[in-house]
Amino acid sequence: MSGKNINVSLKIWRQDGPKTVGSFAEYKISISPDASFLEMLDEINNDLESKNQIPIAFESDCREGICGTCGLVINGQPHGPIPKIATCQLHMRNFKDGDPIWIEPFRAKAFPIIKDLVVDRSGFDEILQTGGYISINTGGVPDANAIPISKDIASLAMDAAACIGCGACVAACKNASAMLFVSAKVSQYALLPQGQPERSQRVQSMVAKMDELGFGSCTNTYACEAECPKGISVTNIARMNRDYIKASVTSNSVE
Amino acid sequence: MAVLDSKIPAGNLRDKWTNHKFNMKLVNPANKRKYDIIVVGTGLAGASAAASLGELGYNVSAFTFHDSARRAHSISAQGGINASKNYQNDGDSVYRLFYDTVKGGDFRAREANVHRLAEVSDNIIDQCVAQGVPFAREYGGLLDNRSFGGAQVSRTFYARGQTGQQLLLGAVSALNRQVGLGKVKLYTRREMLSLVLVDGVAKGILVRNLVTGEVEKHSAHAVILATGGYANVFFLSTNAMNSNATAIWRAHKKGAMFANPCFTQIHPTCLPVHGESQSKLTLMSESLRNDGRVWVSKKKNDMRAPGQIPEDERDYYLERKYPSFGNLSPRDISSRSAKEVCDEGRGVMGGDAVYLDFEDSINRLGKKAIEEKYGNLFEIYETITGENPYNVPMKIYPAPHYTMGGLWVDYNLMSNVPGLFILGEANFSDHGANRLGASALMQGLADGYFVIPYTVGDYLASQKPTLVKTDHPEFVKAESELNEQVKKLLSIKGKRTVDDFHKTLGRIMWNKVGMARNDKGLKEAIEEIRALRSEYWKDVNVVGSNGDFNQTLERAGRVADYLELGELMALDALTRNESCGGHFREEFQTEDGEAKRDDQNYTFVSAWEFINPGEWNLHKENLEYESVKLSQRSYK
Repeated sequence: MSGKNINVSLKIWRQDGPKTVGSFAEYKISISPDASFLEMLDEINNDLESKNQIPIAFESDCREGICGTCGLVINGQPHGPIPKIATCQLHMRNFKDGDPIWIEPFRAKAFPIIKDLVVDRSGFDEILQTGGYISINTGGVPDANAIPISKDIASLAMDAAACIGCGACVAACKNASAMLFVSAKVSQYALLPQGQPERSQRVQSMVAKMDELGFGSCTNTYACEAECPKGISVTNIARMNRDYIKASVTSNSVE
Repeated sequence: MAVLDSKIPAGNLRDKWTNHKFNMKLVNPANKRKYDIIVVGTGLAGASAAASLGELGYNVSAFTFHDSARRAHSISAQGGINASKNYQNDGDSVYRLFYDTVKGGDFRAREANVHRLAEVSDNIIDQCVAQGVPFAREYGGLLDNRSFGGAQVSRTFYARGQTGQQLLLGAVSALNRQVGLGKVKLYTRREMLSLVLVDGVAKGILVRNLVTGEVEKHSAHAVILATGGYANVFFLSTNAMNSNATAIWRAHKKGAMFANPCFTQIHPTCLPVHGESQSKLTLMSESLRNDGRVWVSKKKNDMRAPGQIPEDERDYYLERKYPSFGNLSPRDISSRSAKEVCDEGRGVMGGDAVYLDFEDSINRLGKKAIEEKYGNLFEIYETITGENPYNVPMKIYPAPHYTMGGLWVDYNLMSNVPGLFILGEANFSDHGANRLGASALMQGLADGYFVIPYTVGDYLASQKPTLVKTDHPEFVKAESELNEQVKKLLSIKGKRTVDDFHKTLGRIMWNKVGMARNDKGLKEAIEEIRALRSEYWKDVNVVGSNGDFNQTLERAGRVADYLELGELMALDALTRNESCGGHFREEFQTEDGEAKRDDQNYTFVSAWEFINPGEWNLHKENLEYESVKLSQRSYK
């Protein structure tokens, strides 16, 4: 591994708080190509702190692409130029010496900026709290093997369940739609036998909440799928739409 | 002096939990809503506890420093979760899982707790499946299993290489349901910074709102901490960036004893360090050792590419030294063996790495089968290193991963502070001196779903604790202490950054309190940590202000705590004059370099009582083995 350091110049979005006006600030750094993108930001921050300046606020946690905490728009793309990875998995070897790099937060009406590159994605949890579960209590459940599920169906459910809730789909969408995120959870349960009893009710309440929170509608550009770090498929959106229409027709609840 | 009472129920090992469940007092369903319970942390243990307690009818307040409960570090667990289902008909049983766990822990865990863990393991799998967790399945539609280190049966349930994620999302879905129903109030972006006691009983916590900087006071009838482990004391570990010891450390400073702090697990299969800017280490699941073979060159400083080293010049050292367990030897043993061959100069290119090679398995099973099992792990590896493990062997090296030590708890998971309960990795109870793979997820969910709902009820019903108001003098005092500390950190305005101190501490810990320890090194470590701690309070530079989103300030408080905890880990390691599990003292080894326990003198849990920074009293809980015969752990 370990090649020669590369020099990059960065334009990074700085914004003190939700109500203040932000702008791009310029930074330069020489960095090992084996360093990760976030390690590069760590270095800049360490340098800023040693000069008594306020570091750039950005979030990350696992740095293994699974927790969904990190998320930056890098040169216009959520999670950067490499497909199917989260920002924390991006490495500097993917950039060339002298490359300019623009870094922005995920932008969406439903994701207000907290500071610099940190946004508030709590809308996702609000949607899940209205139906992203199977209503069973702890205890009193059947033996695990009493519910056989075909390998293919289990695998499809797993594909949908792999969503990390990072919000790149919303940031990628020109309408800031949350359809990919919501449909992944709806699909996981719609595919499994355990999810059937609440299938109609679940899709209706989750979609209603999504609309209420100001996420936009889906116009089938598939930008969400293209930028999703976990490769969640837009077929989930189709499945959710079918379920939603069916639920609207057959539902007992009259509004 | 405080006396440690483990409160292990009387009777036959296999009847203890059943009898105890019957003997515990119950809170009447209609009265449950009169009790408030605080749960700190929303990982597997915290989320499952908060959800289950909410379902029972208690008023629960759950806290996480993340923006969402789902971000907790349990999400990163890859390989799987153990249970004694015996679905494979290969001879598993509750007793075998119990025995493997006690032996894997090198006979330093409490028998009764471990047996209970094995008993409820099957319920966990049932619960998760009912929640819609998409475990891997066989073609017939039933659940699939894989093998993990330290066991000769296939008892590990998994969801690709993302088992922790799926189990956590299951637990968080149950939590979200309770939030939606109004039984759990979820506070995100709040970090617990103080525990409040009134007359020695836990009555509440103080949290810092990480967005506004405000200190918020919360009171309850019982406080549950499920805040994970402390491996980030090493700076470089497989733990997530924000995983920290602050909640349990602040509780420790208020009187909760810290047990077995030196029992840390160094995981054998992590990616090697790439350089100075490295922020954390990445784990490659132990499940890879099902099909990967670990080897190094027989020669020192062998600079040939792996493909150029012929078969007879390779040393498959795990297979050679431990023929019955081979590449699936337990973590402590595998890690130490890797260190040994690298210290001899036989690591990859003479450095600190060994090969994990899939060539044989690919030839035997085909690339497709390997891809199906480990595809995402191989992708992670390639993303990080730029090398394709289908063509060249992976390079791995051990890294700090898990901490078996934690706050002392009795059989009911209550600390020595009444009303304070500790769950999951944050407590010390089930893994002894070494944890087996796929057992952390099992313990977190066992504690949260199937233990705490009973034991916290017993505490409330039998002790009838009262609720204090948050303007109680103890709350006010704790708040002013906390504000003082924050003010002090911001006022030092020294020359070194928080990370710089953390890295220095990490190097001391890794070199002297890491995989191999000795008397001289540990004494030096204690002196160095003390010096570093005093320098910290004189020369750290914490930029920014308190009334703001300030990540530097968050880290500064955590590092201040590590600088005290690190010393206690070294002190505990120095006091324990034996080798056991993850604690390897060079002075105490067998002729062939294995850990040499001293059962005569050290079959106890060390529980440290905090007096002042750098000053502790040692209490001992003797471990009684009624069912298992202590023996030298052999995996040969």
